[in-house]
Amino acid sequence: MTTEKAPALDELIASWRDWMERRDALSIRDVDELESHLRDRVDALVAAGLAEDEAFLIAVKRLGSMDELSREYAAEHSGRLWKQLVLNDSSDTEGADASTGTIPFARRANGLAVALLLGVGAGIAVKATEFLTGEPELVVRNIAVLVLPFLAAWFAWRRRPPAGTLFGVAAAFAAVALALNLYPFDGGSASVEIAGQNSATAVLATIGSIVALWLVTGIVDAGGVWRSDRTRMDFLRFSGEWLVYYVLIAIVGGALSGLTVAVFASIQVDVMPFIGEWVLPCGAAGAVLVSAWLVGAKQRVIENIAPVLTKVFTPLFTLMMLALIVASVMQWNLVDGSRDLLIAFDLVLVVVVALLVYSISARDPALPPGWFDRLQVLMLAAALVVDVIVLVAMIARTGEFGFSANKTASLGLNVILLANLAWATWLQVGFVRRRVPFDGIERWQTGYLPVYLGWAAIIVFVFPPVFGFA
Amino acid sequence: MRIGKDLVAAAATPVVLGILAEGESYGYAILQRIAELSGGELEWSDGMLYPLLHRLERLGHVDSEWRQSPGGRPRKHYRLSAQGASTLADHRRQWSIIGGVLDQVWPGGADHRQPRLALGLD
Repeated sequence: MTTEKAPALDELIASWRDWMERRDALSIRDVDELESHLRDRVDALVAAGLAEDEAFLIAVKRLGSMDELSREYAAEHSGRLWKQLVLNDSSDTEGADASTGTIPFARRANGLAVALLLGVGAGIAVKATEFLTGEPELVVRNIAVLVLPFLAAWFAWRRRPPAGTLFGVAAAFAAVALALNLYPFDGGSASVEIAGQNSATAVLATIGSIVALWLVTGIVDAGGVWRSDRTRMDFLRFSGEWLVYYVLIAIVGGALSGLTVAVFASIQVDVMPFIGEWVLPCGAAGAVLVSAWLVGAKQRVIENIAPVLTKVFTPLFTLMMLALIVASVMQWNLVDGSRDLLIAFDLVLVVVVALLVYSISARDPALPPGWFDRLQVLMLAAALVVDVIVLVAMIARTGEFGFSANKTASLGLNVILLANLAWATWLQVGFVRRRVPFDGIERWQTGYLPVYLGWAAIIVFVFPPVFGFA
Repeated sequence: MRIGKDLVAAAATPVVLGILAEGESYGYAILQRIAELSGGELEWSDGMLYPLLHRLERLGHVDSEWRQSPGGRPRKHYRLSAQGASTLADHRRQWSIIGGVLDQVWPGGADHRQPRLALGLD
């Protein structure tokens, strides 16, 4: 008898392991830990006189229901597996899909029909505004106000936030729309001409409105619980993955449009106006919604790509910044550099913050610090040095030429990024030396989001009057 | 008597931190200790302890390490961190306030039949 027992228990545990490992919420290490627990429990029960298979059954039962357990793991390791949480929201409908097939059309395929409808709505909103006003530059300036409400509506449909949240978000959209359209932006300076806008404050307000309303839309995505670090991190994840999908769609869409133009040109039909006036604006607006749907529905692909992207680009960016430091020390003429160069440096820092945030969002919080975290310390330190150089250059320029809207905006962005990077470096060093828990790094970045929102709001509402709408 | 689910959930963190304050331990032993301390009254399904331990680890309240058990199996040991100790002290203050309030609101002891309210009326 005893010769048969031992393999029987191992076999039972092996099949139990097999079953547990299929759960996405549990890593192999988690299952190891549970197996160790299971074996302890079985040993105790066997010592109390039970047969091994009986003891195994009781031990498994006492672990609790697998669904509940994996939900609990998914809630704790939402970074590893936020997909589960997203899908859990609609798990009731998915269940209905499998068993009865009577779910409403709108809810099938994760709400693809709703997303497409809202995407078409966004495209129509853009074109309708263009026809009604006859001024393309108005469409460009209002692009966030025109397109993002559809994204907010999509989130509202998915998450069902409380009515108070929706009213607050709607009020924010209305306030931005009023500011963008009632401010008498003056096309005085002929030197600035970007996307049909010839007022620097109008360009800044457009960019500010996109950032501010994107973050406000995140409040709807959070379903009202926007104070929670977890939902904020989930929205950051969403933003990163949304960008990846949007860029992919844009590239493929662009290639397809080019091909279409070429093919029709070969039979002497010029479809360029149609592509430029209809496909491009409607496609760009609609793709916002399609990307959002893709993030919700097809995360598995990106789950594997996101860590790879950060792992590839963090070393490259670190190298680039180290080269930048060397070059600027050798030349020491950044102060004379053009404004474009300084704005480009600002963008470099934005990318550094994005790489940091994105790698945080893709990292398993339970892992101990490794080589990649040390590399990030180097990247952050290099970014700090670059930021100080840029700040010195900017202050010198404003000292020379006074404060213009552009310089003030990029200076403010720089100070904001410097504060973020400085404290993030401190936390990262602490994390590598095991003084700071990973949670602290996460909370710093999610807690910083309102600062971006605040600065974007200042650029939209305060800058135009202060700088005379120039 | 079964203790309510919410109360078990609320008590879980201070109980686990308190047990780890006695010395480092691993999941199964922690559950044994809880059963022993509560006379089997405070119970939840075994598996639920592990997500809780992982949460405490992420928050930096406990550190963990894989070791070999005497039987040669791998086993994940948890240890209270300095931060966890201060969190535990914090929990302790909160619970003693609640305990103090409940003591005053409820009948004082077995010989005290009539309920009384701690409103300064009696």
